[in-house]
Amino acid sequence: MVDHTHQDIDAATGTATTGHEWDGIKELNTPLPRWWLWVFYACIVWAFGYWVVYPAIPLPGGHTKGLLNWASRDAVMQEVESLKATRAPFVGKIEQASLQDISADPKLAEFARAYGKSAFGNNCAPCHGSGGQGAVGYPNLAGDRWLWGGSLDQIAATITHGVRSGDAEGHDPAGAAGMPAWSQMGLNAQQIDQVADYVVSLIAPTKADVSAGQKIFAENCVACHGEDAKGNTDLGAPNLTSKSKWLYGSDKATVVQTIANGRAGHMPAWGAKLDTATIKSLTIYVHSLGGGQ
Amino acid sequence: MTVSAQKAPIIRKAAPEPEPSDSLYEGRKQIYPQSVSGRFRNIKWGLLIGGMLLYYFLPFVRWDRGPDQPSQAVLVDLANGRFYFFGVEIWPQEVYYITGLLILAAFTLFLMNALAGRVWCGYLCPQTVWTDLFLLIERWTQGERRERLKKAGQPWTLQTVVETALKHVLWLAIAWWTGGAWVLYFADAPTLVKQLATFQAPMEAYVWIGILTFTTYTLAGFAREQVCLYMCPWPRIQAALTDEWALNVTYRVDRGEPRGSVKKAKVLRAEGKPAGDCVDCNQCVVVCPTGVDIRNGLDMGCIQCGLCIDACDNVMSRIGRPTGLIGYDTDNNVERRAQGLAALPPKILRARTLIYIALIAGVAAIMGVSLATRNTLGIDVMHDRNPIYVALSDGSLRNGYTIRALNKHGSARDFKLTLEGLPRGQIEILGQKAEGGAVSVHVEADQTLELRVMVTTPPDAPPPASTPIKLVLTDPKTGEQTTRADFFKGP
Repeated sequence: MVDHTHQDIDAATGTATTGHEWDGIKELNTPLPRWWLWVFYACIVWAFGYWVVYPAIPLPGGHTKGLLNWASRDAVMQEVESLKATRAPFVGKIEQASLQDISADPKLAEFARAYGKSAFGNNCAPCHGSGGQGAVGYPNLAGDRWLWGGSLDQIAATITHGVRSGDAEGHDPAGAAGMPAWSQMGLNAQQIDQVADYVVSLIAPTKADVSAGQKIFAENCVACHGEDAKGNTDLGAPNLTSKSKWLYGSDKATVVQTIANGRAGHMPAWGAKLDTATIKSLTIYVHSLGGGQ
Repeated sequence: MTVSAQKAPIIRKAAPEPEPSDSLYEGRKQIYPQSVSGRFRNIKWGLLIGGMLLYYFLPFVRWDRGPDQPSQAVLVDLANGRFYFFGVEIWPQEVYYITGLLILAAFTLFLMNALAGRVWCGYLCPQTVWTDLFLLIERWTQGERRERLKKAGQPWTLQTVVETALKHVLWLAIAWWTGGAWVLYFADAPTLVKQLATFQAPMEAYVWIGILTFTTYTLAGFAREQVCLYMCPWPRIQAALTDEWALNVTYRVDRGEPRGSVKKAKVLRAEGKPAGDCVDCNQCVVVCPTGVDIRNGLDMGCIQCGLCIDACDNVMSRIGRPTGLIGYDTDNNVERRAQGLAALPPKILRARTLIYIALIAGVAAIMGVSLATRNTLGIDVMHDRNPIYVALSDGSLRNGYTIRALNKHGSARDFKLTLEGLPRGQIEILGQKAEGGAVSVHVEADQTLELRVMVTTPPDAPPPASTPIKLVLTDPKTGEQTTRADFFKGP
């Protein structure tokens, strides 16, 4: 505190000291302007204002709400609403336009891709990967190999109704038409091995004789995969001549396992969960990853 | 606080220092600057009028950029993220031009400081200019220093109430106009003026006018020299940047001391005794807008506006002594004169100023060249991260890229996008195959467009795991071209 009785003047500067002294070191009194002090008081008063208008004091029955009744949750919701309002003209156009028209309009397609990308991250990325690259059992959406078809309308149908999802309009709704387990359907281990050799030879040509496998393939597999083994998107039967990465793997051991035990992937129907604009945008986005089929 | 007083062993008749107070806070000493006329006052009026005209009327200057483009020469379009400065249009990603401008401003300030100390503070700083204008109004309404001092101690009368009210009305009008001009830089000025006049302007405009009205009114009307003394960082930085060759407003101690009346000095001179030219008339102190006594030496409170020079020159002319008792001089000469040596002319070209000039020229040249050779088209490329490449059914390899084409021009343009560095690679945009190795991109005026681009190599002879490629965007009409390097990835 200031020593009012013995004012101490520092010899070197001629300035009064505050009277504080630590081991011979004294603090000079270079006074602040008084208005600064008033600004400081005004700031304290201003700070009290926050207690009054904003939520401030936690009480056993809940915190004080403040005069403005402000809440961070409400603020977020307001921002979300205003974002929706900003997007509304584009979203409205997407709802109205056909997938082909959206795709043909560069600005609308640009918006749909961005809108679809965020929906993809929220809903699809856990299985298909952040860039649609897929994983074992989950198709790569950036390639040119489409189990159920890669046109805009086919992609939209798959997203809306799913695969073996129970949705009556979806692909194979009851799950009865997947790849059967051929070990239960009359093929013995040797036959499975032979047909697997033939299937692998379709993409990795070999000089070995695969005619036995080819015969078994012609008798059992062509119904779905076709005589040329190019698959059938109506049935979700994959193209076995494709050199792109296979859904479960194209090595012999995996192919044997696939034939013996069967395969039947699932995808939920998103029609009930996502709105029309989101599904259309997702379609445009997914189609843009690899250009569809 | 006096810089020279600490190092120079100059004997001065110091003005009586205020009694050391034991209070931790200092009351405001109101300053009533007297008007003055002279060379530096005229320079200051000229700069004030020029600066204000520029500030208030620049938003109304028009610049033709073509249809559907803003026609305002200087415009900060925050909503669309564009900054227009006559023929230059800056996009947000080109913020380095603003950085360059700030660097230029800083070095120019340093150079001004090396040449003539706080010449910025005294002549060009908005705080000084607006305070000058507000003081002019104070003089018009309430009279000269003497009258204002007298009225300050008196009880209110009808006359002083009317005068004071008139002063504040005029102050507020100028302050309002200051804020009003500010918002005109952020929207089409004539339109906004119409909107403001009919109370249909956006809320932001009114809020910003309100904020600037308040700050101008309080800072130029009330805070005045307190801003320079307590708020502004520049005096502190300036003190660290200055040197003994910088010109500062300086009192010639060798000529002025010992002070005395004209009569006394005559008697002393007749006796052959030393007599100073300073008649202690205090004119240099009463005209000072910050209340400094320049005779005490270089002071942090001194904004070096030169008004005391005008005041002193007027007095010296009247008493028939040479002018320049107070004048722009270097610290070096202050020392030399104290030792009885001749003053040296100011050294304008020295290492410090040459370095500043070189830096200013360098930055200005970089900015000038980059603005002159700047493309009005641009391309950003992002390679797909997941998957990095895709093997297609026939064994070909494909990479996906997300590309943003930029058209920084006032009309829609058709660009060509081509691929370099991958002879067998085919480029395509979603839904559009390449023709003659190029795909066409239509970008609207002053817009960007995001595109999905695929590059595919045939199944035979797959490229190595990583091939450097270039994506080139060309305007076939002008030949303008921009290139982005990226990679084509494979297994």
